[in-house]
Amino acid sequence: MERFKPFEFLSDEIIFTILDSLSSSPLDLKSFSLVCKSFYSLESKHRKTLKPYSTELLNKILTRYPFVSSLDFSLCPRVTDKTLCLISSSIGLKSINLSRSKFFTHLGVSCLVSNRCLSLTEIDLSNGINLNDSTASVISEAKNLEKLWLSKCVLISDMGIGCIAVGCKKLKLLDLKGCFSLSDLGVGLVAVKCKQLQSLDLSYIPITNKCLPAIFELPYLKSLALVGCCFIDDEGLANIRQGSMSLETLNISNCPEVRHIGLSAVTNGAASLRQLIIAYGSPVTVSLTDCMQRLPMLQSVKLDGCQVTSSALKTIGDWCISLRDLSLSKCVGVLDDGLSLLVARHKELKRIDISCCREITHLSMDSITDSCNSLTSLRMESCSLVSKEAFISIGKKCLFLEELDFTDTEVDDEGLKSISRGSRLSVLRIGICLNITDEGLIHVGMHCPKLVELDLYRSPSITDLGIAAIAGGCPNLEIINLAYSRDITDISLLSLSKCTKINTLEIRGCPSISSTGFSAIAQGCKRLTKLDIKSCFNINDSGMALLAHFSQSLKQINLSYCSVTDVGLLALASISCLQVVTILHVEGLTVNGLIAALVSCRGLRKVKLHTSFKSSLSQPLIEHIESRGCSFQWRDKAFQAAVDARSWKQQLEASTL
Amino acid sequence: MDFEDEPLGHQKCDKEMAGDAATKLPDWDPQAMLSNLSFLEHKIHQLQSMVHLIVEQEDCISDRSNELVAQQQQLVSADLTSIIVQLISTAGSLLPSLKTSHSVANDTVEQKNVVKHLEIEQTVNNGMEQKYVGKCNPAIAPIEEHEFKEEEDVGDGEHLPPGSYEVLQLEKEEILAPHTHFCLICGKGFKRDANLRMHMRGHGDQYKTAASLAKPAKDLSMEPTVLRRYSCPFVGCKRNKEHNKFQPLKTILCVKNHYKRTHCDKSHICSRCNNKRFSVMADLKTHEKHCGRDKWLCSCGTTFSRKDKLFGHVALFQGHTPVFPSDETIGSVSDGGESNELTTKVGSTGFNFSSGASSGIDIQNVLDSKNSEDDPSSSYSPMNFDACNFYGFSDFPPVPSEVSGGSLSFLLSESFSFRNGGSLDDAL
Repeated sequence: MERFKPFEFLSDEIIFTILDSLSSSPLDLKSFSLVCKSFYSLESKHRKTLKPYSTELLNKILTRYPFVSSLDFSLCPRVTDKTLCLISSSIGLKSINLSRSKFFTHLGVSCLVSNRCLSLTEIDLSNGINLNDSTASVISEAKNLEKLWLSKCVLISDMGIGCIAVGCKKLKLLDLKGCFSLSDLGVGLVAVKCKQLQSLDLSYIPITNKCLPAIFELPYLKSLALVGCCFIDDEGLANIRQGSMSLETLNISNCPEVRHIGLSAVTNGAASLRQLIIAYGSPVTVSLTDCMQRLPMLQSVKLDGCQVTSSALKTIGDWCISLRDLSLSKCVGVLDDGLSLLVARHKELKRIDISCCREITHLSMDSITDSCNSLTSLRMESCSLVSKEAFISIGKKCLFLEELDFTDTEVDDEGLKSISRGSRLSVLRIGICLNITDEGLIHVGMHCPKLVELDLYRSPSITDLGIAAIAGGCPNLEIINLAYSRDITDISLLSLSKCTKINTLEIRGCPSISSTGFSAIAQGCKRLTKLDIKSCFNINDSGMALLAHFSQSLKQINLSYCSVTDVGLLALASISCLQVVTILHVEGLTVNGLIAALVSCRGLRKVKLHTSFKSSLSQPLIEHIESRGCSFQWRDKAFQAAVDARSWKQQLEASTL
Repeated sequence: MDFEDEPLGHQKCDKEMAGDAATKLPDWDPQAMLSNLSFLEHKIHQLQSMVHLIVEQEDCISDRSNELVAQQQQLVSADLTSIIVQLISTAGSLLPSLKTSHSVANDTVEQKNVVKHLEIEQTVNNGMEQKYVGKCNPAIAPIEEHEFKEEEDVGDGEHLPPGSYEVLQLEKEEILAPHTHFCLICGKGFKRDANLRMHMRGHGDQYKTAASLAKPAKDLSMEPTVLRRYSCPFVGCKRNKEHNKFQPLKTILCVKNHYKRTHCDKSHICSRCNNKRFSVMADLKTHEKHCGRDKWLCSCGTTFSRKDKLFGHVALFQGHTPVFPSDETIGSVSDGGESNELTTKVGSTGFNFSSGASSGIDIQNVLDSKNSEDDPSSSYSPMNFDACNFYGFSDFPPVPSEVSGGSLSFLLSESFSFRNGGSLDDAL
């Protein structure tokens, strides 16, 4: 009698659709492929993107997944020419990310772009500080290339980019951020030749006014970044006949010579402009804000770090359009009168960032809460003059809040209670809020089930009770920061271990935590990728052993001041995807243990060690480790004793004054 | 004849002088008349002595070349022409119709026209020279002025109405003759008059005197007041007087350079790059000064001494791309095995680009033919464009040098093995 096989009735297409919806969680896909042989082969056929941890088994991986078209090597520090040749001969690649990889040259890239990889449309070669013009000339043979990232490729000169401009005519996105060797000539040629460009990043290139007209004549340009192009000034921008009609996002941050004359030339006729970023630029005056008034589609303005005047803010308030997104973070001169008038007119504001606008008080907050009822994001870090009552009114009137940053403010339990009523909250940062106790957290835990990120950095009055309420009420929690909350014990971690989605945990400076609680976390939170247990003196090898066993996706860990020995570190080294390790002042560690760990942990990309180890490690060993793509950072910090939150803040304030 | 630039300057001087004279003409000025006449007398005297010399030499040497005869004839006829012109302009001041009815500008034009008519008669005797004769006559002078304006936007800086100048056409042999100064005694040729004079010392003491060794005085009155322009003997050339849009050449030097550059083989090869060829020695010398320093190279083979020039060029033409100097790139690779692959890569890149760039080169050819070649300052461009042709039109592009040729042949075998064999197996 034949067995009934229900899955045979499902066509491949249906299973592929199911797999599409599973693709957000890699573990689920893994489980799926392990069910049976047919599922295994279906999953292999379905997979289009790969993000390998190492290139060692790439040959087999590529055989298993023949239809992979997108390869992300950002976790592989070492990718050689041979690897790239292998890839080009095995699969029809569409997209490749080599932004974090080293050890390949233009020869490998030439394999990628030659013959078989005609389909290649995206290459990310960012941070390729060793790549030179020959690489660029090789890239220029990829005729179908649409997206190219070359940020920080400091050796690529005008000649190289000239080849790319001539060869890759279909380019839609070009990122040249920080390519210091480029000049007007190369950039100008790009603008002349690559007419399809939609997104162009020219930040931190020493370009001058000369190439600007050609850039602004690009017919499809939507996004342009000119951050830190300090040779661009009003005169050059004024030479532009008309602002780009297609431009949607313009970033001219850090261009101190661009003032209202230049801006008015750029914005003249820029009918599609939605976002304007002028951070850290010239002072924001009335004439500058007047330039922006003519933009019919403008939704987002970022003036971070600029000097603003109340009258300029008032003129923004007089615009007939209504902004959705306003950022005044770190602006000097933001006062209650200007800000109140501004927000009173822009009632549709959804995101406001007034971080470090230290002068504003409850007056501004009142007008924000009165007029901007659809606010989803409010960032007001270090607005320390805002009174406790203002936070209560925020909670009462803004019911759509999703992201709140109250770091270093006077918010208290009543405020938290009021805010937690808006159950949409997903990000809450209340670090250095000394007025908060368990009571407030219990309200958050009870009413905010969607909470994804919680920052409780240096909250001295928080205990296990509050954390238990959070752990119970917020099952979606992914990121939690409990650093320097000294009353936190193992009980908190036991309760947090129920939040299985946690991937980032900071419990730095919580001396009461021991391996018991830590083991619970290791067993419960299997998705843990970033872990900071610095100064958790009671965490020892047993915790590490469990962590190494369960948290197979851990990428980054800080072990400084822990009671871990060679055994614990070696256990940790067995985690294949571990990339960044900081080990300072770990008393139990010997040189031999460290060497063994370094050699066995093949995926390491960055290791921070105390300088005292430098002499103990032999030069060939260091070179060997470095040749695998790992970089060493030597630190010479003295042993520090922990400080409690209140005195820390007092110290901080004393040092800033 | 002297081929240095100075005669041109003197010509200009003369022209201005004639203009000055013309301005004075409307009023009868006996003083000016007198000076003009003495001028003429002086000139006739000079011509006389020159003919005298020729007659003397005829006695000495029996086997004179035709060329020499032609040259002498030319000289004499040129001087005669200038004398006639002077005479007419002097006489013209007495004509009442000219004095009153026309502006100064018209005066000069008409005078020239009168000259033309006289020249026709002159030309008949002149076997060697063919004169371009303006069709207009004094009666329709205003129309000619109109034509003058139409012609203005044509040409290379000089906008002379056809007929306002005299056209000389040297023959090919004359242009290509290595020597222009010949010893009338032994027939030895020299490039420079000064060399000839030094040579003459050997023929007798009479040539050693300070007077005969001195540079012949450039008497202003010797020069013809009529503008003289030159035609290229190559029929079909734009510089040939038969051409519809004829553009005359300014000096004999221009004629020589134009003819060599445009209609002769490029026999001088740069010894450094072994690539660039020139027909004019001076061009080669100028190139050699820059050769190797022109590091900005385009895929079409054109080199530039400045990066912005290269980028302007690349921006202008479809398919052209900047190319790195090959030796530099090879040097940048340390690993021996890899450098092989690199050279092949560079070679193949050059290959593709040069063959794919032919459309751009077509445009260049058009430009090339439009370009004026007589201006010494632009002497570079024709050469460069030729280099383009060199690459673009041949099926197998000639390799620039032996070194890169080696790399190119190397490329074919090496890249083949790279893709199909060894290297890949290693990678696997």
